[in-house]
Amino acid sequence: MSQDIAAYTAPFAEVAHQRTVFPEGLALDCGATVAPLAVAWRAYGTLNAARSNAILVCHALTGDQYVAETHPLTGKPGWWGNVVGPGLPIDTERYFVVCSNVLGGCMGTTGPREPRAEGEEPWGTDFPQVTIRDMVRAQHRLMEHLGIGRWLAVVGGSMGGMQVLEWAATYPEAVGAAAPIATAVHHSAQNIAFDEVGRAAIHNDPDWRGGRYWEDGSLPARGLSVARMVAHITYLSEQALTRKFGRRLRGASALTFLEDVFEVESYLRHQGSTFVRRFDANAYLTITRAMDFFDLAAEHGGELAAAFRGASAAGTRFCVVSFSSDWLFPTEESRTLVRALNAAAANVSFVEIRSDKGHDAFLLDEPDFHRTLGGFLAGCAERLGV
Amino acid sequence: MRATDTTDRAAAPAQGRLRDRPAGRLPGGAESRPAGHPPVRFVAKNMRLDLRLIAGMIPHGARVLDIGCGDGALLDHLTREKGADARGIEIDMEEATRAVAQGLAVIHGDADQDLAFYPDDAFDYVVLSRTLQAVEHPREVLAQMLRIGRHAIVSFPNFGHWQMRWRLLVTGRMPDTETWNRPWYETPNIHPCTIQDFFDLCAKDGYEVEQWLAVDERGLRSPWRRFVSLANLFGEQALFLLRRADGIPPRAAPATPG
Repeated sequence: MSQDIAAYTAPFAEVAHQRTVFPEGLALDCGATVAPLAVAWRAYGTLNAARSNAILVCHALTGDQYVAETHPLTGKPGWWGNVVGPGLPIDTERYFVVCSNVLGGCMGTTGPREPRAEGEEPWGTDFPQVTIRDMVRAQHRLMEHLGIGRWLAVVGGSMGGMQVLEWAATYPEAVGAAAPIATAVHHSAQNIAFDEVGRAAIHNDPDWRGGRYWEDGSLPARGLSVARMVAHITYLSEQALTRKFGRRLRGASALTFLEDVFEVESYLRHQGSTFVRRFDANAYLTITRAMDFFDLAAEHGGELAAAFRGASAAGTRFCVVSFSSDWLFPTEESRTLVRALNAAAANVSFVEIRSDKGHDAFLLDEPDFHRTLGGFLAGCAERLGV
Repeated sequence: MRATDTTDRAAAPAQGRLRDRPAGRLPGGAESRPAGHPPVRFVAKNMRLDLRLIAGMIPHGARVLDIGCGDGALLDHLTREKGADARGIEIDMEEATRAVAQGLAVIHGDADQDLAFYPDDAFDYVVLSRTLQAVEHPREVLAQMLRIGRHAIVSFPNFGHWQMRWRLLVTGRMPDTETWNRPWYETPNIHPCTIQDFFDLCAKDGYEVEQWLAVDERGLRSPWRRFVSLANLFGEQALFLLRRADGIPPRAAPATPG
């Protein structure tokens, strides 16, 4: 058996993630309990004596806790290295920045890839269906463990933004400020549809083996890479794809019927193939489902504004940001959110950043966005005397 | 708040930040900054004169919504000097971004669209400065202001000013003045009114005028306080402080978003 597990993890380099284990586990929305609960996390900067300068960064679907440092597995720079760091909008010289791998993820936090218990086989498809709120509860455990009573701010884009909203709804007293970026209060039918294409690609890969691919050391690499390719298209705008690739051919001057002729094809295939080396297929299924299930209004009797009454009363300040060319989480979704926040009389700022880079803009070099986020956080810190 | 459209802005880049303002620059304002200038903290003495007059109407600690807040000069002043809970709406993305980057609570939005989503009596004062003439539905906007706020402060350029009357009479064409400086076919100021007109609308919709004043071309408070007809002739800008007349409930709140 131990051999099986070694084979299962073979495509992944063995990395010991920094993590905290909570033996009592975590009760989930679905009724199940995962125990023990492990939360893998990274922190940057210094927590001040008053413990008032902590910012939680929530990562997106395929992100992880390595926000602002070289990734131990891929060797690539942190996914938000242009936002989190000394002198950057989330200034690590001023704030103590924490980011944890989400529940259900595959970078050290309890999820389908992790063994059920020491020496046992991985959870695999038996891992219970978690929700965004479960992810937030796991982060709340970490917050208590770190001795932090209240985040100066909780910040995140895309699925990270969903967690930010869930934080404000579930633990309003613990959220000084909330910055949900390029996100929505639920997935649209279109979002769910794209996720389902990705899941179907994984399910239909013969190597998936009903989710027990780890038993014989295989990987549903084709299915997972197709899922990544489809998803990647949704992260970019048409203009961004055109600008990057146009109809350029790769190593050829004219169209032939050979494979891989357009540069955009080769790019997507590269995206797909590198992804399977760092992401677990069952984790992908679990997390995309959690995003699809997320519906903040439904959690509050169908009235979205009700989700924010607590945050409004607690004085949580919101900064909602959308990007004009993001068609995965369009600006209109952010407006819906802003209107509900206004209806709850919450303190809210909102800007739509003009960008042609699509949903991915929140990860890229967008000076207006960085100025907005940095100014918002600095204003909150000033107000709270940090 | 439909101040200008992008075509207008693209066509008139040389006018500086004021190009985003619908109309009615008061003399003595010091708000013009070249594009790309780094954000600055505002101090009251640098604030536009009409904003200073507005700030003077707002008591300490009030909850304020400034519609068409630009880059937030009034909000910043009210927050710092008056301990107000001040929030803003701005239609221009660059201005809104600049305001948020200064730590102000501003949403990128539109008076015609977004007021309906605030609850009744969410604010003590709702401010609409030099923007009423540019919104699509001024009467509805005013009604919303006095639904979500206990008081409304409204300023607008007076179309009844003698220069307007004189130019129309003499030239037979739409007046072209410093304040009304766009041709009729591209002006954002689609609903101009006079001081007299505004009094009439307040009476019709049941708003009590708590305070009003007219300002002349030099930005000074004009002395025609007792005679509306004279103010309507010589006042270039008008400033009103309104409240719902006693016993009149706010209009029914629209459905909140689900």
